[in-house]
Amino acid sequence: VTENKKKPLEFETAFEQLEEILEKMNTGTVSLDESLSLYEKADKLIVSCHERLQKAEKRIETLIKNREGKLDLSPEKTPQTVPFNVEEND
Amino acid sequence: MQESIYSVSQLTLLIKQLLENRFNEILIEGEISNLKKQSSGHYYFSIKDAQAQISAVLFKGKASALIRPPKEGDQVVAKASISVYAPRGNYQLIVSELKYKGVGDLLLRLEELKKEIHKRGWFSSKFKKSIPTLPQRIGVVTSPTGAVIQDILNVLHRRFPNFHLTLYPVKVQGEGAAKEIATAIDEMNTHQLADVLIIGRGGGSIEDLWAFNEECVAEAIFNSSIPIIAAVGHETDHCIAEYVADLRAPTPTAAAQLVILDKHEAVQKLKQWEARFSHSLEVKLKHAKQHLESILKQPLLRTPQLLIAPYYQWLDDTKGKLDNLITQEIKEKKLKLKALQQKTYALNPQLKLQQVKNTLTNYHRLLTQAINKIVEKEKARLRHITQALRLIDPKNLLQQGYSIVFSEKDHTVIVDTDQINVNDKICIQLAKGKILSTVKEINTSDGKQKETSRV
Repeated sequence: VTENKKKPLEFETAFEQLEEILEKMNTGTVSLDESLSLYEKADKLIVSCHERLQKAEKRIETLIKNREGKLDLSPEKTPQTVPFNVEEND
Repeated sequence: MQESIYSVSQLTLLIKQLLENRFNEILIEGEISNLKKQSSGHYYFSIKDAQAQISAVLFKGKASALIRPPKEGDQVVAKASISVYAPRGNYQLIVSELKYKGVGDLLLRLEELKKEIHKRGWFSSKFKKSIPTLPQRIGVVTSPTGAVIQDILNVLHRRFPNFHLTLYPVKVQGEGAAKEIATAIDEMNTHQLADVLIIGRGGGSIEDLWAFNEECVAEAIFNSSIPIIAAVGHETDHCIAEYVADLRAPTPTAAAQLVILDKHEAVQKLKQWEARFSHSLEVKLKHAKQHLESILKQPLLRTPQLLIAPYYQWLDDTKGKLDNLITQEIKEKKLKLKALQQKTYALNPQLKLQQVKNTLTNYHRLLTQAINKIVEKEKARLRHITQALRLIDPKNLLQQGYSIVFSEKDHTVIVDTDQINVNDKICIQLAKGKILSTVKEINTSDGKQKETSRV
């Protein structure tokens, strides 16, 4: 079983990193300069998380199948979709 | 022989009695077809096999006692009685019990398949992929109609309003459903159509859910590189698909809750993080400020000159030393330069040439002097010799009166009386002219008189 190839930063990972950074910042041994760069790093993480939350556009689509029950592909070999129409059926 | 004549009613009654007595509470096996459920709750259908069919009715009271309602194509064993309906002259089975054939077989097959797949290790937790918390695209493999997709959409609208969902519509029960589901999972992977997949359907009988127990579906789930959440039926009786999937949800609604984080919660959490970091930095800055203030209060910092003074002194000292050193160095270098210049001057070829020329001129002068001296000396000697020679020149002697006597015979100069005899003719050479004479007398040097020769 192969892992998913491109993996954007997971929220868990981001939260773990934030926890680590905060812990580091709160120890007495870290210099002020270092604290500032840690803060900057954390801020970047938080901003990128925010961006990820807002980035997506709402889309609900249904894949189109051909007569053989396979996906209908465009000439560029991309599966074709139609917007999903919310219908009430049995 | 007269044959008896029955009325229709009589015959029908006889048939009714015959059939109903003969076929009371019998067991009959066959397949349900032409199933119709009336609004009354009664079921009408046929029980058939390859060659024949019999109409049957299942009344509401009996139907509700079944583990599930009958459906088209069910293989059943029915306990039934024949009933003849006189007004239409037909007969039908009144079903009192209905057993679905093959349920036992299905359960047996399910157990075997579970064992087999367990043996392959497909249920193992080491193959479970983690479910992303914030998928960019959610794939759903289910029926496009029905409650499942609606439930999922409702939950997603609430949790994460800007979600992106791609539905792969499939049949979730009946002929070919398993194959459609397996194909859907494969194609979702091939075209990378989602970061996470939900496969599922609503609850139902074991036959309804059977597609999710098929080996091809299990294999597709196992081979999927996209993490899969399976939500099949209700909480009891898990399907094989759910065991192989990376995560199991009791219902499609639950699956939708597991598939993406709650946006509102996430935003809140991020706000909390922001606050925590700001606070941490503020504390840090406050500490630093205090520290700085305490340092500034120290006496040395208030009169900073004290700190610098020794260094200034040291600097001055060092500068003096350095100046001295440099002056000394320059002096030495100058001396060395001068010496070198002199050496170089001495080595000048022009000068050397002049010296050689001088020496040569000198030699030349000395040589000339020496040669002149020699020449003078030799000249003097020559003059002296010339004079001496002139003195002894016979001509000069003849001038002074001397004469030379030659023998007439052989012209030899006569210097001794031995050379001549009396009467010999002699020739006397004077300074001017000659005299020819004859010897008369000869006196030798010892005073004797020489006699005439005997000849």
